[in-house]
Amino acid sequence: MDEAISQLTERAPAPRAVSLRRFDVTERVLHWVTALDVLTLIVTGAILYFPSFSVRVGQRLLIENIHTLSGILALVPLLVALWGRWGVMLRKDVMRLTRFDQREWRWFDRTRRMKLELGKFNPGQKLNAIFSISGLVVLLGTGLVLRFPNPFPVSIRQGVTFVHDWFAFLVALLVFGHIGFALFNPRALWSMLSGRIDRLWAERHAPAWVREYDLVEERSQQERSLH
Amino acid sequence: MDERVEHVGALIEPKRIGRRLFLSVIGLGAVGVALGPGLLNIESKFLGVFSKKPGTGIASLVPGASQFRIYSVTNTIPFVANDAYRLRVGGLVHTQRTLSLQDLKNMPATLLTKDFQCVTGWRVPNVHWKGVMLRDLLDVVGVDQRAKAVEFASFDGTYTESLTLVEARRSDVIIAYEMLGAPVAPEHGGPVRLYVAPMYGYKSAKWLKSINLVKAAQPGFWEQNGYEVEGWIGRSNGRSDKPVD
Repeated sequence: MDEAISQLTERAPAPRAVSLRRFDVTERVLHWVTALDVLTLIVTGAILYFPSFSVRVGQRLLIENIHTLSGILALVPLLVALWGRWGVMLRKDVMRLTRFDQREWRWFDRTRRMKLELGKFNPGQKLNAIFSISGLVVLLGTGLVLRFPNPFPVSIRQGVTFVHDWFAFLVALLVFGHIGFALFNPRALWSMLSGRIDRLWAERHAPAWVREYDLVEERSQQERSLH
Repeated sequence: MDERVEHVGALIEPKRIGRRLFLSVIGLGAVGVALGPGLLNIESKFLGVFSKKPGTGIASLVPGASQFRIYSVTNTIPFVANDAYRLRVGGLVHTQRTLSLQDLKNMPATLLTKDFQCVTGWRVPNVHWKGVMLRDLLDVVGVDQRAKAVEFASFDGTYTESLTLVEARRSDVIIAYEMLGAPVAPEHGGPVRLYVAPMYGYKSAKWLKSINLVKAAQPGFWEQNGYEVEGWIGRSNGRSDKPVD
């Protein structure tokens, strides 16, 4: 024991990794499976909604069925990923995404943005995540009524049509915005494939996360060297 | 394993806003369902100001109002060439007739400029219609005294509709071969469709194949699925839209 402690105190500071683990396998698989599903929903939804597409494509029943099935399945990967032991990092990230420091609202004011020390996700990413998921839930509920309308009175069907249209429009805007940001930040996009992000990027975009990350790494290294 | 996020650095006392925002969005959806039909009317009126022609301008960019949506109850949009088109008029009539598109065009034409109101809420203002008044067609074949209603069938093979004989004799009920200033497009029910101005769109059967005079009409496709047979705009299906007259 004494020997171990002296080893620890004499040891030089641990060399810091040049890249940080940003997303684990569960998160990456979840992301791309859901992305594929949502894109299918947008494409089939557009075919059903815009007359010029409907006419060109035809096959209405097939498109309807693909749309319905993708809708029902859209949130299943998320639930599965959250469920088991494979979801440790995801659950932690969900907590990061759903919590706001009061001062984070300043981020939306570009002139005051620089003074903030952000965590793993910026406030825009947090709102995007929350609104996308809740929007999908509303779309799923209204979509089921549209697909199986018989138990519902006409006034409900009308309201549901209205809400499904508008939520689809708004969630699609969120998705396109998300894709746009990804294309303008290729390193962040690449990290959703590789799982890792380089330290320079992280220092710039998520400094509080980097410090937290280093602390956790250091602690686990200490634990390892103690054993 | 402790899963609490450690906020090292600037971010302290984080608030849990996720659940609140999530429930707000769900609530917004519920309010939208309740108010949707009314909101859609307001939206239609507001957007109508910006678009002269149906389905153009700002109205075509946002969901909901002032543009046609293509509904069909079968897998494909049925297509019949103008030359091959035939309309059969039969049932309780004196002389059964089969008319070509040209036969219809040779009859006296009626022009209407009237809104198209869908029961799901959207309304396309000032649509140009051209066709033959249904009552003129009924006079050509001669209606038997026992007939009290008119059934319509679509060449999509599935869709059906009906009117009472009194309704069928209105001057704003036409067999249309022009719509939106052009021949009725396939997606709008071309080459020939029904247009029942004072009733919701589901009454205006598309892809009209046959007209059948009967004693009592069978409920049409949508009427077997919850909509009212007497589909008057503003007075049926729980809606309060402005009538088209």
